[in-house]
Amino acid sequence: MTNTWIYARNLVIGLWVVFKRTFSTPVTVQYPEERPYLPPRWRGRIVLTRDPDGEERCVACYLCSAACPVDCIALQAADRPEAHDRRYPEFFRINFSRCIYCGMCEEACPTNAIQLIPDFEQSEYARRNLVYEKEDLLISGTGKYHDYNFYRVAGVKTCDKDKGQGANEFPPVDVKSLMP
Amino acid sequence: MIDWGHTAVTIAVILGSCLTLAGMLIWLERRLLGVWQERYGPNRLGPGGCLQSLADMIKIFTKEDWIPPFADKAVFVITPAIVVITALMSFAVVPIAPQFVVADLNVGVLFFLAMSSLAAYSVIIGGWASNNKFAFLGSLRAIAQLLSYEVFMGLSLMGTVLLAGSFNLSDIVEAQRHQWFVIPQFFGFLCFFMAGLAEAHRTPFDMPEAEAELVAGYHSEYSGMKFGMFFVGEYLSILLLSAMTVILFFGGWHGPWLPPAVWFVLKMFGFIVLIILIRATWPRFRFDQLLTFGWKVVMPLALINLLLTGGIVLWKAGAPEFTMLR
Repeated sequence: MTNTWIYARNLVIGLWVVFKRTFSTPVTVQYPEERPYLPPRWRGRIVLTRDPDGEERCVACYLCSAACPVDCIALQAADRPEAHDRRYPEFFRINFSRCIYCGMCEEACPTNAIQLIPDFEQSEYARRNLVYEKEDLLISGTGKYHDYNFYRVAGVKTCDKDKGQGANEFPPVDVKSLMP
Repeated sequence: MIDWGHTAVTIAVILGSCLTLAGMLIWLERRLLGVWQERYGPNRLGPGGCLQSLADMIKIFTKEDWIPPFADKAVFVITPAIVVITALMSFAVVPIAPQFVVADLNVGVLFFLAMSSLAAYSVIIGGWASNNKFAFLGSLRAIAQLLSYEVFMGLSLMGTVLLAGSFNLSDIVEAQRHQWFVIPQFFGFLCFFMAGLAEAHRTPFDMPEAEAELVAGYHSEYSGMKFGMFFVGEYLSILLLSAMTVILFFGGWHGPWLPPAVWFVLKMFGFIVLIILIRATWPRFRFDQLLTFGWKVVMPLALINLLLTGGIVLWKAGAPEFTMLR
């Protein structure tokens, strides 16, 4: 008998607890109208960026392709005779139906060319449309690193600068004259 | 002399509003469940999503009308109609305001009980004709549940009938002008409300269609508009349960300031919200608990209530059996 009263009381308490929810606001995000804030480092769609001079940053070193745990990046290196034989990707292809957005490619990239940006709206009706070619990936901006130009900080002699003349670089020390 | 014009208008108004309300109730229930679960529920189509039922109806009308080859075809087809027809027939005796009733029957209460018993047939033969084990289990449960709850649904109403001295629902409402019957008949109200929830297959008595165990219970094999009929019938029976509770225990159309029909609808709305709140909160009974609860708790309660009410009515009327006690 005591139990019965406890059950009945608990049922009524339950009703009251649920009824109190009437005055709380829903936690649902009304997605298409109301968009969540995504931090700048959020790992979403992959882009290929350009340096501040507007040249492609990618030097086709294959490190992203090698780092990719699901092998979704394919590229082919080539030389550009008109630009001091610098390497560039002849084609660059990411299969987003396979990509897991882990960001390993971004970590591996020595020139900050490949970057993940906070965009996740990549739905397609046909799966083949998820294979992005270079023209889909390459953007005209610098992405997350505005002043970075690989060739200016490379530490080696390039066509625009001699050794030790790059940004944050000291002139090379002549070891022959370095006497105590 | 029956005024046919008045009757026709009343039928049109009650039929139209019942079917519309049943549709809106689906949306209301989904929204309220959303509110109580801290989400939104359907809020896209129309203001606040209130046209959602319309969209669902169009979708359900354009679905394939599938009859399983192993089903008993004729019975299978006729069943969904029985649900809606019996629910709508009951509304014929529901007095919404003075003189605003389709059929002011002298046996309104009995008519209502008869119609809710007939609705049980649809569940039983629907599950049986489907020739599906889940549907059959659902309808077996429904038979046991409806048989048990039918008994004390009738008994719990008899106290009210005794107090009002009439089976006519308008007279019962009129008898509550000064005091609602929920006060002298509180236990009768509890029994009736529980039995009504079981009749309408609502939580915590929704065993016949326990979706966690029996797919969809007795209407597992139904799809398209046939399923829609079951669905609408269920919401009609919620409307009916609220309406009958208001009429029998909460003074029907009586209330200060506002017009009678508005009071009636407001009270009914309160009960609809309570029924949805119960669904949002309480878990389902286990089946043996349901029958135990029905026969061992509610049934004696209804009987004692009837006995005491009868005794008090006789006492007040100065029956000869009591005169020596005075």
